[in-house]
Amino acid sequence: MRLIAIIVTAIFINNYVMSQFLGICPFLGVSKKVETAAGMGVAVIFVMALASAASWLAYNFILVPLGLEYLYNIAFILIIASLVQFVEMFIKKSSPSLYQALGVFLPLITTNCAVLGVAVSNMQAGYNFIEAVVNGVGGAAGFAMAIILFAGIRERIARNKILPAVSGFPIALISAGLMSIAFLGFSGISLM
Amino acid sequence: MQNPVKILKNGLLNENPTFVQVIGMCPTLAVTTGAVNAVGMGLSVTAVLTCSNLFISLIRKFVPDEIRIPSFIVVIATFVTIVQLVLKAFIPTLDSALGLFIPLIVVNCLILARAEAFASKNDPISSVFDGIGMGLGFTVALTCIGIVREFLGTGAVFGITVLPEAFPKTITMILPPGAFFTLAFLMIAVNKIRSSRAKA
Repeated sequence: MRLIAIIVTAIFINNYVMSQFLGICPFLGVSKKVETAAGMGVAVIFVMALASAASWLAYNFILVPLGLEYLYNIAFILIIASLVQFVEMFIKKSSPSLYQALGVFLPLITTNCAVLGVAVSNMQAGYNFIEAVVNGVGGAAGFAMAIILFAGIRERIARNKILPAVSGFPIALISAGLMSIAFLGFSGISLM
Repeated sequence: MQNPVKILKNGLLNENPTFVQVIGMCPTLAVTTGAVNAVGMGLSVTAVLTCSNLFISLIRKFVPDEIRIPSFIVVIATFVTIVQLVLKAFIPTLDSALGLFIPLIVVNCLILARAEAFASKNDPISSVFDGIGMGLGFTVALTCIGIVREFLGTGAVFGITVLPEAFPKTITMILPPGAFFTLAFLMIAVNKIRSSRAKA
């Protein structure tokens, strides 16, 4: 029951993009087409699940026993960077077709703050291993949903005539703001 | 060494990280609920950026090309941890207000972008000025957004109430949607000014 609450909270109530402002850079940068947005979303789900697991293990089995908790930030970013690199090499060798689909997105994920954000917030919330991974997958699924919906809106916008000063980022931000209002509707719900 | 005034102006205006380059968006949107938080975030980023630019510029000749990105990230993460511990010790209220976004300065694309585009190619003194210029450009942009949101959302500026109590407040502005809208409209204004200048 607690796991379901964590998932629903991560996807809807505390949606990483819409209410916590994590992962805005890829959200604005890779959302011009639904197809690429979906690719990015899947890649982020994959990496965030692994990153939650790896950072939880590193924090609880390396940093805590050594009394080095204050180094968590350096440790997590190194784990995520090397993890992304490792995943990239692994997919390239084992499944070329998956690499074709996800390849270009993987290097970008290192600087996706949602990934580091989920590692840090898992630690601060004191989740156990399963909860941390579930929170990572849920948060990433929320990110994927937001970016795919947003890409759909931007595809429609691109077909219209827009004032030059407003076109590009400003109109995208206004649409994101309207989407965010929709997500505000979830904000009163508390499951935990 | 390049002209320091030119570098500073470049960061503050011509290549303003928020309005022109549109990088470092997560903290820009998340912590600008009030002007005080915005200034705190901006100055923290400026401190990290200046130190990391200096250090990366000093080590730029020893770091092999293949591992430069991981090395830069470790340098940046070290300075972020220092800033975080300093804030915790001396300004705990700011630390708790910014919360998660202090450790997340590590993945602020602005800092890595300057390391890659400027500090790894230029001498230390120019890099320090670039860090200060870009950092202040970021701080100014965040403060603008923070002032607008705080004024419309709570009727205050820098925590001091300026509007009469009876004046209607738009709570949405200090909630997430307000961040998107404020940034969008400020960007439209900047675009307008730039295009009218380009014509003149």
